[in-house]
Amino acid sequence: MTGRIIAIAGPTISVDVRGLCLNEIVLVGSAGLTGEVVRLERERAVVQVYEETRGLAVGEPARGTASPLTARLGPGLLAGMFDGLQRPLERLLERDGPFIAGGSRCETLDERRAWEFVPLKRPGQRLLAGEIIGEVAEGVVRHLIRAPSDGEIAELSGGTFSLGAPLGRYCDGSPINACQEWPVRRPRPYLRKLPPTVPLVTGQRVVDMLYPLARGGTAIIPGGFGTGKTILEQSIAKFSDVDLVVYVGCGERGNEMAELLEEFAGILDPWSSRRLMERTIVVANTSNMPVAAREASIYTAVTMAEYFRDMGCHVLLLADSISRWAEALREISSSLEEMPGEEGYPTYLASRMAGFMERSGVVETLGGGIGSLSMILSVSPPGGDFSEPVTQACLRSAGAFLMLDSSLAHSRHFPAVNWFQSYSLYEQPMVRHFSRTVGPGWGEARLRCRQLLQREESLREVAEIVGLEGMQEADRLILHGAERIRQEFLCQNAYEPEDAFSRPESSLQRLEAILADQERLAGSMAAGATLDELLVTEGQHAAE
Amino acid sequence: MRLSEHVYRTIASIRGPLLFLDRIRQVRFGEVVRITAPDGATLEGEVIKIEGDTVLVQVFGETRGLDTRSPVLFSDVVKRVPLSPAVIGRLFNGSFAPLDGEPSYVPERWGPISGAPINPVARARPENFIETGYSTIDALNTLVLGQKLPIFSCAGLPAKEMAAGILANARLPGSDFAVVFVALGLTHHEYSFYMDVLTEMRMGFTAFINRAGEPVIERLLAPRFGLAVAEYLAFSRGMDVLVLITDMTNYCDALREVSTAREELPGRRGYPGYLYSDLASLFERAGRIRGRPGSVTMLPVVTMPEDDITHPIPDLTGYITEGQIVLSRELHQRGIFPPVDVLPSLSRLMQQGIGPGRTREDHRRTAGLLYRHYARGRELRRLETIVGREGMSPRDRHMLDFADAFESELVHQGETRRTIAESLDSGLALLGRFGLRA
Repeated sequence: MTGRIIAIAGPTISVDVRGLCLNEIVLVGSAGLTGEVVRLERERAVVQVYEETRGLAVGEPARGTASPLTARLGPGLLAGMFDGLQRPLERLLERDGPFIAGGSRCETLDERRAWEFVPLKRPGQRLLAGEIIGEVAEGVVRHLIRAPSDGEIAELSGGTFSLGAPLGRYCDGSPINACQEWPVRRPRPYLRKLPPTVPLVTGQRVVDMLYPLARGGTAIIPGGFGTGKTILEQSIAKFSDVDLVVYVGCGERGNEMAELLEEFAGILDPWSSRRLMERTIVVANTSNMPVAAREASIYTAVTMAEYFRDMGCHVLLLADSISRWAEALREISSSLEEMPGEEGYPTYLASRMAGFMERSGVVETLGGGIGSLSMILSVSPPGGDFSEPVTQACLRSAGAFLMLDSSLAHSRHFPAVNWFQSYSLYEQPMVRHFSRTVGPGWGEARLRCRQLLQREESLREVAEIVGLEGMQEADRLILHGAERIRQEFLCQNAYEPEDAFSRPESSLQRLEAILADQERLAGSMAAGATLDELLVTEGQHAAE
Repeated sequence: MRLSEHVYRTIASIRGPLLFLDRIRQVRFGEVVRITAPDGATLEGEVIKIEGDTVLVQVFGETRGLDTRSPVLFSDVVKRVPLSPAVIGRLFNGSFAPLDGEPSYVPERWGPISGAPINPVARARPENFIETGYSTIDALNTLVLGQKLPIFSCAGLPAKEMAAGILANARLPGSDFAVVFVALGLTHHEYSFYMDVLTEMRMGFTAFINRAGEPVIERLLAPRFGLAVAEYLAFSRGMDVLVLITDMTNYCDALREVSTAREELPGRRGYPGYLYSDLASLFERAGRIRGRPGSVTMLPVVTMPEDDITHPIPDLTGYITEGQIVLSRELHQRGIFPPVDVLPSLSRLMQQGIGPGRTREDHRRTAGLLYRHYARGRELRRLETIVGREGMSPRDRHMLDFADAFESELVHQGETRRTIAESLDSGLALLGRFGLRA
């Protein structure tokens, strides 16, 4: 299945190779650049190339690989850093230097690294494909190894091994390997999906208290530039109570990735006290890396996330930002001269997005365990306008909507989550869960907090007109309380190690303390004191 | 592989800067072509699309006077940039032809024009403070080596005076320092202003100048030449390079013009859908590399059409860059220079660049206090327009006075250069006078 290049238009090329199938990977040109078949016509196949095509000539060879785009799954993924095609960035750096050259190929997993294998099956036993045959200890997870196909074991030994050699053999002579390939665009199978019932604790007070997320749920974080999407995503990546985080830097800044890598290598996971990087997989496809690989990057990432979910892990996938993925889709679609939908995005944007987000969920795995895959995606709406197609497409599938507000960001209120327009569909079960596990006052405190903020909103308009001095005492008390909730509860400083992470217990305490103060002030005011007098005495107490 | 040059006379059609040629064999995507016009002038172009033996060429330069019989030479090479330390001190046009009357230099090597993406793992975190001499930047929106920080300006605001001030006053920790200046669609008036500033500077510079009357397509090339040179000086020669590009709005308009000529699908306001990726391919070339000296820092100037920060150009720029310095018409009208509105301005990399060992121990706290109180004062100004100053409490009036003093004393500095210590001290003094240091 070889042929030649017959047309080139940017990253979209045509080849005359016969017998290709849709989504098959094709190697093009003398350099062997990777591309994917996106359209088949009578005498040609249209290929989307994942790398820079400058310098490619018509007439150069092209060859089909008879395989779709796959991810390699096995020991060694944890703490790894990959590009959108799952090439290991650290080993590319060692081999090729600091710049990424086109056409370079590199094994995803290190084949020389030694692992300890503990078999759970013996020679002579019959295996079904996907059955667990043993495990490898890899940092925070017990890495389960599954049978690649049906068959009877002829040889399977424990002990030290590396990925370069198989773990054993079937009776028919085929090898039993520790790693496998999985087509990234196909969801990995599970027994059945379960409803999300357990909260995903993020350590961000405003999220955990007001808009709780669920394990296995999805959330989107839309916000204009400078509203703190990346900081919020990174804080959640650091502090959420999951086993594993897959972080996709999708079409974003290179310096931010450098920052994240450096920081994660240094700080500890508050839940397990191991280094954060040990529970993290990073997929980095920065904005200047090829667009087609950016489109593929989220699929590569979700496939790795599903792989660990299938071992019974709770996995969180964070993508920053899904808008860049949608833009990549738009660029590819327009280079294929497809009929555009709204704002030039292809009409299948919403269905692709929904298909991707549906890969989240709590599942009963094939092995019978429970695993979950949660997703938090940031959205970068142009001009901060949430009516644009990407935000709207996300809203249809997302379970929580954490809207970032640029006016809050300008007044340096971070995380700038707007507390009127955000919502979480997981609210009821999560509040019940927190009330049970953290404190019975959770629901009540949450309700009063929301009421206070709601009252403040309507009072602010009055305050703008008559000024603070002209307002009734009771209303001023509400403004005072709401101000404290904003400053002391909703605001959280991501750069202050003490404040960056808040356990649900301390979040509740903090909120209840503010509410109790309010109660006390209200009592004193009922007895005839004025707010100003009370605040002066409070201030003196604080000073002492 | 052809490894040779071929000449064809098969132009089928000419449409603006685009040529369609027939019966071309074995052509390369991105290959450089040379067209000889009937008057003997040669034009350069690039292959941008190949369909069988039909080729689409984009011409750099003015296609006026070309006819379909003009010979087209296919060079079998993609566009490359001549790199050498001798580039410092030279002046080029948007096609890399010398403007200073000197002959071209002998390159040490040739580099690809678009560069290659830096492996994210190879990047070093930008954390070395650059002192620009302006309090609004140094104290409140700190610039660091390897950052890309645009200046968002409006028509008629002194963005060029501010950029010039930064060029004249910037101080870096290292000594090996160079400026790459890229001018896109500059009027003669602006051009001579910048040339005066550059020649007065004590540092070496390389300039790529495309003036308002020169070919639009060169506006797409000049920044790539500039950045290829900057990357070479930074990562092969270990220099700290400051790249000043003005004006990115002209760049984006050129991109729109070319995209429309190619009959591509227009996106928002007619700009092509790939504007984000295209801008990123420029801005992302800023940075530092672990274990190597040198850095590329970028200061692009963006003029916001209709003063609108949500216009696609500033909007997409803001999504790529690490913050922005926003100029305000209102401050300018009140005679404040530089007219930086610090509230929408931001430096995302500030946190790493400040504090003990970098600037000063009290930097973070001082900046935080100044920000908070000024934001409060600005909020009260809205109230003032409704209830009037008389209707406000003495405390609120005090904050209004603080906001005024902040603008006229800290933001305003005219021609004076301030060190970071002076900036922070004057901020502290201001807070002290208003009793806000706690």
